[in-house]
Amino acid sequence: MTPFVRHRGKAAALPRRDVDTDQIIPKQFLKGVDRTGFGASLFYDWRADPNFELNRPEAQGATILVTGANFGCGSSREHAVWALAQYGFRAIIAPSFADIFLANCYRNGVLPVHLPAAEVETLLRRAAGGSYEIDVDLEQCSVSDDRGFSARFSPDPYGRELLLRGLDEIGRTLLEEPSIAAYEQSHA
Amino acid sequence: MRTLFDRVWDAHVVRDLADGVSLLYVDLHLVHEVTSPQAFAGLKREKRIVRRPELTLATVDHNVPTGDRSLPIADAIAARQVDALGSNAREFGIELFDLDSPGQGIVHVIGPELGATQPGMVIVCGDSHTSTHGAFGAFALGIGTSEVEHVLATQCIVMKKPRNLEARLTGRRAPGVSAKDLILALIGKIGTAGASGHVIEYTGDAISALSMEERMTVCNMSIEAGARAGMIAPDEVTFAYLEGRPRAPRGADWPKAVERWQTFRSDPTADYDTHVRLDAATVGPQVTWGTTPGMVADITARVPDPAQLPSENEREAVTRALEYMGLKPGTPLAGIPIDRVFLGSCTNARIEDLRAAANIVRGRHVSARVRAMVVPGSQRVKAQAEQEGLDSVFREAGFEWRNAGCSMCLGMNADVLGAGERCAATSNRNFEGRQGRGGRTHLMSPVMAAAAAIEGRLVDVRGW
Repeated sequence: MTPFVRHRGKAAALPRRDVDTDQIIPKQFLKGVDRTGFGASLFYDWRADPNFELNRPEAQGATILVTGANFGCGSSREHAVWALAQYGFRAIIAPSFADIFLANCYRNGVLPVHLPAAEVETLLRRAAGGSYEIDVDLEQCSVSDDRGFSARFSPDPYGRELLLRGLDEIGRTLLEEPSIAAYEQSHA
Repeated sequence: MRTLFDRVWDAHVVRDLADGVSLLYVDLHLVHEVTSPQAFAGLKREKRIVRRPELTLATVDHNVPTGDRSLPIADAIAARQVDALGSNAREFGIELFDLDSPGQGIVHVIGPELGATQPGMVIVCGDSHTSTHGAFGAFALGIGTSEVEHVLATQCIVMKKPRNLEARLTGRRAPGVSAKDLILALIGKIGTAGASGHVIEYTGDAISALSMEERMTVCNMSIEAGARAGMIAPDEVTFAYLEGRPRAPRGADWPKAVERWQTFRSDPTADYDTHVRLDAATVGPQVTWGTTPGMVADITARVPDPAQLPSENEREAVTRALEYMGLKPGTPLAGIPIDRVFLGSCTNARIEDLRAAANIVRGRHVSARVRAMVVPGSQRVKAQAEQEGLDSVFREAGFEWRNAGCSMCLGMNADVLGAGERCAATSNRNFEGRQGRGGRTHLMSPVMAAAAAIEGRLVDVRGW
């Protein structure tokens, strides 16, 4: 997995709350057996609308998505995170995220950043104006821009470590083999 | 003082890792065709094995056709995914309920049906509605494909312990009010993120009065309130349901199992992080009017007016939802004309659901403007219904009687809504495009959907 340490990139605004994973990647794209090829189908139905936020010129080339509360709710489909990552998003900033979606982000090199709603509103306004870049630093747990915005966030410590080190989580857990075997023996 | 969830969690901690994160042992891993192929591919790439194939159960449900099973799957890409699960199951020694198996069905219907779902277990599946199994007092949660691969390889998940929310439901349900109405009303009350970061334990006399299948309906939709899982403490209803099922303990093991299962309950003075209460006696039949399960109201209510809402955020969300749904503020919900009816899904396609719906449609006929289908939750539910003659009741009333699968709950197979079609559905999600691009979904109970099929519009089943 690609580690996430620090990223500066263009931000796109998607000022909607409760964006569910069915919108992020509709079901007709879940029939594949590979982890690749999802980027072009991101927000497939919404992108048919020329006025959709990500179709606007100011959102082109964005690598940071700023959006509303409860992002990624609904279906557990990890394809949603694959689609976001393959479209080019490295970080998503929102007031809150759905739990399964968060777990999926940590395992795919995509950083979810929780910020208070008022701060997200500021970023949404600035991103909607276009040509707006944000710095996200996972080591320092900070978000900033060139216009004086600066905020700290508190990532899940385990998720942070997975992201910072781009860890193979399975390889790491397999090192716990003696504990797993002992658990199995005592519960046989 | 520990809660039910504390007890199940504590019994499964293999090791506490740093920062409150634990390595948790998984007793049952359910696998289906859509979220597993990349996980198996990862195992093969890294030359890893499935640690406990005997604790893993697979079936095909999400993308399978529900029509004639003697024909090959028409969708070549879906067929490839179904084939992939077959070859992965063979390669890794995992039991599979394939398309031609009498045990095939929606993964959350067949686990309980087999008695594989048991109290006190940790159960995972690459599907958010895994919360269904919590009805037995299991900690059952949906996971992503990377975690599926992790569980296949290690039989463990790594997670930080969620907080615990008690949802206490008290009082007697009125006639015509179903378990579906209780959970929809609760989601309406706390919102689609109301239980984020929490495991819900449903308590109270309105919960203990529910049948096992009704409890599954409640726990199934925990995820729609944002919860990591939903749980109900096992009791005599649970044990009676499990006794004699194929995977349930037998003989001398049975009383021992029941004795152990009885310990999975919350202490009377247990501490929950959050409390919610709902008086079941005040709940009427519920219908969603928007594009999240939290956009829900009593059937006697009207479509809300965004202008009346307190925040700009809410006004925008509701305006967008009503535009998608093609509804005007102030319209009475009862009377909204519908085109389709879907009786199915892991929420409401068990035998009791079909019996309740059949009682409504018996001797009547589906409205001329409606296409209605019944998709049983499993082939065993289908067979049971046929034995009871329910298939004839539905067929004579003009319903299509189909084979088991997720079907039009998520529209991965050919069962989809057309753009603009309005559907009364017993499933769990009314998201934009969920049942088909441009399709409009109203979630409700099986009896409400059955009555809507007959009248061709949303109706209050209590008037029947």
